[in-house]
Amino acid sequence: MSILVGKHTKLCVSGITGREGKFHTLRNRDYGTQVVSGVTPGKGGQSVEGIPVFDTFHDAVARTGANTAMIFVPPTFAADSILEAEDAGIELIIAITEGIPAHDELRAYSVIKKNRRSRLVGPNCPGILSPGKANVGIIPADFFKEGNVGLVSRSGTLTYQIGNELAQSGFGNSTIVGIGGDPVPGSDFIDVIGLLQDDSETELIVMCGEIGGDAEERAADFIAANVTKPVLAYIAGFTAPPGKTMGHAGAIVSGSKGTAAAKAEALESKGVRVGRTPTQVAELAATLLGAAA
Amino acid sequence: MDLLEYQGKQLFARHGVPVSPGKPARTVEEAVAAADEIGYPCMVKAQVQIGGRGKAGGIKLADGRADVLEHASAILGMDIRGLTVKELWIELASEIASEYYASIVFDRSAKAPLVMLSTKGGMDIEAVADEDPDAIAKLHVDPLLGFQSFHGRRLAFEAGVDADVVRPVGAMLARLYDVFIGEEATLVEVNPLIVTPDRLVRALDAKVTLDANALFRHPENAELRDPSGEDEQEQMAHERGLTYVKLDGDIGILGNGAGLVMSTLDVVALAGGKPANFLDAGGGSKAEAITSAVEVILSDPKVKAVLFNIFGGITRCDEVARGLIQAFEVVKPRVPFVVRLDGTNDIEGRRLLAEVRLPNVYAAETMDGAAKQVVELAARS
Repeated sequence: MSILVGKHTKLCVSGITGREGKFHTLRNRDYGTQVVSGVTPGKGGQSVEGIPVFDTFHDAVARTGANTAMIFVPPTFAADSILEAEDAGIELIIAITEGIPAHDELRAYSVIKKNRRSRLVGPNCPGILSPGKANVGIIPADFFKEGNVGLVSRSGTLTYQIGNELAQSGFGNSTIVGIGGDPVPGSDFIDVIGLLQDDSETELIVMCGEIGGDAEERAADFIAANVTKPVLAYIAGFTAPPGKTMGHAGAIVSGSKGTAAAKAEALESKGVRVGRTPTQVAELAATLLGAAA
Repeated sequence: MDLLEYQGKQLFARHGVPVSPGKPARTVEEAVAAADEIGYPCMVKAQVQIGGRGKAGGIKLADGRADVLEHASAILGMDIRGLTVKELWIELASEIASEYYASIVFDRSAKAPLVMLSTKGGMDIEAVADEDPDAIAKLHVDPLLGFQSFHGRRLAFEAGVDADVVRPVGAMLARLYDVFIGEEATLVEVNPLIVTPDRLVRALDAKVTLDANALFRHPENAELRDPSGEDEQEQMAHERGLTYVKLDGDIGILGNGAGLVMSTLDVVALAGGKPANFLDAGGGSKAEAITSAVEVILSDPKVKAVLFNIFGGITRCDEVARGLIQAFEVVKPRVPFVVRLDGTNDIEGRRLLAEVRLPNVYAAETMDGAAKQVVELAARS
C-alpha cells in the first residue's frame, strides 16, 4: 500500500496547457501515473499529447472520472481552481502553485473543511510521490525507490535531500508527501502522519519541519497519543534570526514560539528523535530499522 | 510587508476607523508647516518599523512651533534600535481617558483570523499575555461568515471595556476587520486604542502587515514599501527578485528552496562557520538568475567564501553551473567557492564545472562535506 496517490489515482491537471504544467504532467505520466484529463478554461476539446483538455473540472470529472487534481495555475487563479475542483467533487487536490494570497488560501481551506468531501495538500508544495506507483507533482522521482519509510515535509528540496540521504543508506519510501511551506497548509503533519500510521507498508515515519507556526508541536502531541510506529524528525532553521521571513511565507520566527529549538524539544519530549542534520536522520533511521534492505 | 504607522492610519481612514488628523513630514520645515496646519498641541512621531519608539525618545509632544522645531530636528536622523528615522508623522494630540489594545492576526494553528481586545493597552501586550492572559479577550472568526456585530459586543463585554463605549469599540473592531480583509493584511494592531474624555474611541497607533502575495490586487499599497529597513544587499536582491536575508557571518550561501537553504545555514553553523546570508535562488533558476545572485552575495564585503548547495528538482544543475561560470566572467570573484550539485542534470552540471576549471572552485560530494570545506576555506582566507 501507500497513501494518497497510487495505482487508483486518476489525475486531472489544472493548468495542463502551461509550459511548466505540461512538462510536469508528462513527467508524471511517464512515471506511470494515470493522467486522465486536464482543465484550461477556453481550451476544452484540445489535447496535450493525447490527454483530453476540458473547460471545467465538472466536465473533466463527468467525462474522465478524475478523482485527483493537481493545481498548476498561476497564484492569481489558483484558489479559484482549488475551489472549482472541490465543487466538482474531486477527492484529493494537490496544489503546487507558490505565492497564493493568504486570504485566498484561507477561504479555500475553510470551504474544504466545511464541506468535508475533499482533501487539500499544499499549496506551495512539491506534491506526492508513492515510489513505483504514482507521482503527482514535481518531486524528482528517480532519486527514490519503493520501501518502508513514509516521509512528510514542509519543504520541497529539503525532502529531496533527506530522501536522498535515506536512499544512500539503502532505504526506500512508501509515500513522500510535501505539505508545503505556506501559513495555511491544506493538510498538516498530523493529517499525513495519521495516514502513514494506518498504512501497512510504512514502518518508519520521518517528518521534516521548519521554523514558524506550531504544526510540529501539535504533531508531537498527536504522535504521543496516536502513533505506535517509530517517528524521526528533522527541523530546519536552528540558526535563523527571529523576525525575518526565510523564504517560505510560513517560515518566520516571532517571539519565543516557533523556533527550531522549541520544536525539537517538543518532539523529543514525546519520544520523537530529532536529527540535527539530514545525514543524521538517515543514521538514526538505520539504528531504528536496523540495516536497510 | 510591514507598513509605517502613518501608512497604516491612511488605510484605517479608508475603512472608517477613527484616527486623529495628521500629516507626514520628511524635513523640519515640512514638520513645522504640518503642525501649523493641524494645530497645537501636536505629537511629533518617528516613523520607523520597530517597537519602543516612545522609550527611545522618538515620540514627543509639541505645544507650539518652537517645540516642533526642537523635536523634529532631534528625531529626524535619530537611530532607533538600528533604524534611522527618515520620516515623521505630525498628529493632533489626543486627551486620553483609557488605553485599550486591539488586534487581528492570522492564526496559523486555528487557520482563522483571531481578534483580540484588552483594556490593558499602551504597554507591551506580550508582557500582558504572559502575566495576565485573562486580560485579553480572544475570538476566532469564521472567514466564510465574517465579523458580525455580536462578535464585537462579545469581545467588548468579555474584555470589560467601559459600558458606555461597548458599541463604539465593537464598531471599531468591525472596521478593523474590514481593513484586515479589504487590504488583505496578515496583521492589524492598534496599541493603544484610546477612549477620550468626551468618550470617543480612536486608533492612536497602527501596525499593519500586508500580504505581499496579494499586492497585485492593491497597486496603491504596493507603493508603500519602505526600503529603509533593508540594507544594501537586501535592496539589491529585492530588485532582482531574489529571496535574500542578510546575516552577520562571513560565508555566503546560495541554495534552492527555502527549507534546504535554512538547513544549509544550520549545517554550516554546526561545522563552526557563520553564514553571511540566506539566499534562495528559487525553483527553476536559469543561469542569469544564478549570476545575479552571485553578484548580490559578493557585494557584501564580509564574505570570505561561498557555498553553493543545490538539490535540483525543477532547478537544473547544468543551469546552475552555467550561471556560476558566467558569474566568474562578469564578477571575477576572489573568494573560494564550494559547490555541491545533486539532482536534476547533476552529472552535466559537474561536467561543465570540471571542464572550465574555474580558479578557486571546489566540488563537494555531500552537504556535510561541503559545509566543512567552506568553513575551512573561510577560516584560511
